[in-house]
Amino acid sequence: MNNKLIDSIIEKIIFLCGIIAIVFVILIFGFLLKEGFYFFKEYGVFKFIFGKYWYPSSNPAVFGVFSLIIGSLLVTLGAAIIAVPLGIATALFIAELAPKGIRDILKSIVELMAAIPSVVLGFVGMVTLVPLIRTTFDIPTGLTAFSGSIVLAFMAMPTIVSISEDAIRSVPWSYKEGAYALGATRWQTIRRVVLKAAMPGIIAAVMLGIGRVIGETMAVLMVTGNAANIPSSIFDPVRTLTATIAAEMGETVRGGLHYRALFAIGLVLFSITFIINFIADLVSNKNKKR
Amino acid sequence: MYNKNMIKLSPKLSQKIMYVVLALSTAIVIIPVLLIVFIIIKNGWSAISWEFLTSMPTDGMRAGGILPAILGTLSIVACAICITLPVGVCAAIYLNEYAKDNLLTRIIKLAIVNLAGVPSVVYGLFGMGIFVMLLGFGVSIIAGALTLSIMELPVIITTARGALNSVPYSFREASWSLGVSKWQTIRRIVLPNALPGIMTGAILSISRISGETAPILFTAAAFYVPHLPHSMFDQVMALPYHLYIISTQIPNMPKNIIFGTALVLLMMVLSMSLFAIVARLYFRKKRKW
Repeated sequence: MNNKLIDSIIEKIIFLCGIIAIVFVILIFGFLLKEGFYFFKEYGVFKFIFGKYWYPSSNPAVFGVFSLIIGSLLVTLGAAIIAVPLGIATALFIAELAPKGIRDILKSIVELMAAIPSVVLGFVGMVTLVPLIRTTFDIPTGLTAFSGSIVLAFMAMPTIVSISEDAIRSVPWSYKEGAYALGATRWQTIRRVVLKAAMPGIIAAVMLGIGRVIGETMAVLMVTGNAANIPSSIFDPVRTLTATIAAEMGETVRGGLHYRALFAIGLVLFSITFIINFIADLVSNKNKKR
Repeated sequence: MYNKNMIKLSPKLSQKIMYVVLALSTAIVIIPVLLIVFIIIKNGWSAISWEFLTSMPTDGMRAGGILPAILGTLSIVACAICITLPVGVCAAIYLNEYAKDNLLTRIIKLAIVNLAGVPSVVYGLFGMGIFVMLLGFGVSIIAGALTLSIMELPVIITTARGALNSVPYSFREASWSLGVSKWQTIRRIVLPNALPGIMTGAILSISRISGETAPILFTAAAFYVPHLPHSMFDQVMALPYHLYIISTQIPNMPKNIIFGTALVLLMMVLSMSLFAIVARLYFRKKRKW
């Protein structure tokens, strides 16, 4: 039959699928913007971002997300401090030091780690880590920002390790040969040559890992204690932006101010991760061009 | 000052020290993974029985089985992958085989990167607004599946593109030189050779979305449903959400049931991932080019 016609129809369908990612990004952003805009008009952007108190059910309701933003940033920062050095060190070990057989096993375990559902990690954190932190540091509750950071560090690790490892392995062999020829030891070569050459890729890996941590919901909901206060230390309970949406959406009246406030939080989250991913993409593209 | 201290250590010694540091870091990363799996198996094993897997929960979830949660998750995930896989593979074909290096392609790639970074709970919000309310599907299997399929789209596109890209260019040239059209070449030559890569990527995606909770929180999952799912528009119980509520919302929950539920979820997810990882290693070895 008319092969050319069928071909061109199929090619049109393929093109439509090709641009579908753009459609969804615009749809998601537009949708959040629409709901968030109603909220901002009624409540005020400044009061929303810099308000210290989140009392959605008091009368009149107060929707200040400053403490939630601080909560998210604190937990994320803690997770990054733990995950970044460990993740890069692990990536170096897997890429440069581990023998071939062990490397495949380690890579498989890292990949399995990425597959563990966040709700399972949250549950295990709740029954093992939380009591441990409470007794070790002798504090009233183990549901703290610190617990959240540790659990989230493990969620960021697979991203950081596997993308950094790719970056490290793609450093041209001739760079290393150059260093060895000058009499550098293996470690000196790794530190001064390999790490430097792989740095853009590693930075992209770290950014993507952090993006994953900021957006993570269930595990933080289960281990951070969910107190909407500005924490005075990392051993205080905190509440994150994501956990607030997950915990409160079920109780809201659809179309009400509280409901829209949660969409406004979604908009804040979307913007934060958009910026992070944009930067990661810029950095890794620069790397590819070089 | 820092450098002076470093000079005192011979390069050989500092190399040895750093090797130990790197190995230790790797151990710190790897051991907890094994520990988590071990803890769940050890505590959850006693709860697993044929009855646990095939009966309804009773006594306010404190006894009985988790059948509706297992079936709910399976039906959501099956629907989601049926939607996302064809669309994602077509998008990958467009990007890898048709797209020219222009502004549109650049924007599509950027959109994919950003779609991959959107927090899962934001997908949940979007799915609730669009599928549950605007399109009127209600809290249902189909609304949850559509939400998950959008979430998984960038992952499917990226892995499928990798698989297509690994098919050597010369295969296409050989086909074109015989006068075969572009689409026919893709269908008969490129796709069959990329299939193992696409399928392992799909299995990893299935494994990942099986464990997702936040996107189905307001789009598909129910606290308790007294019957098994009948249609696409039913609310269902889902395994990850079930684990969340029995571990945080229900007082006096027997520990072994929680661990047992976690074990079933973990095994479902890990066995699929492991299968995909092993299959990928196998196909990589078998590949002739």
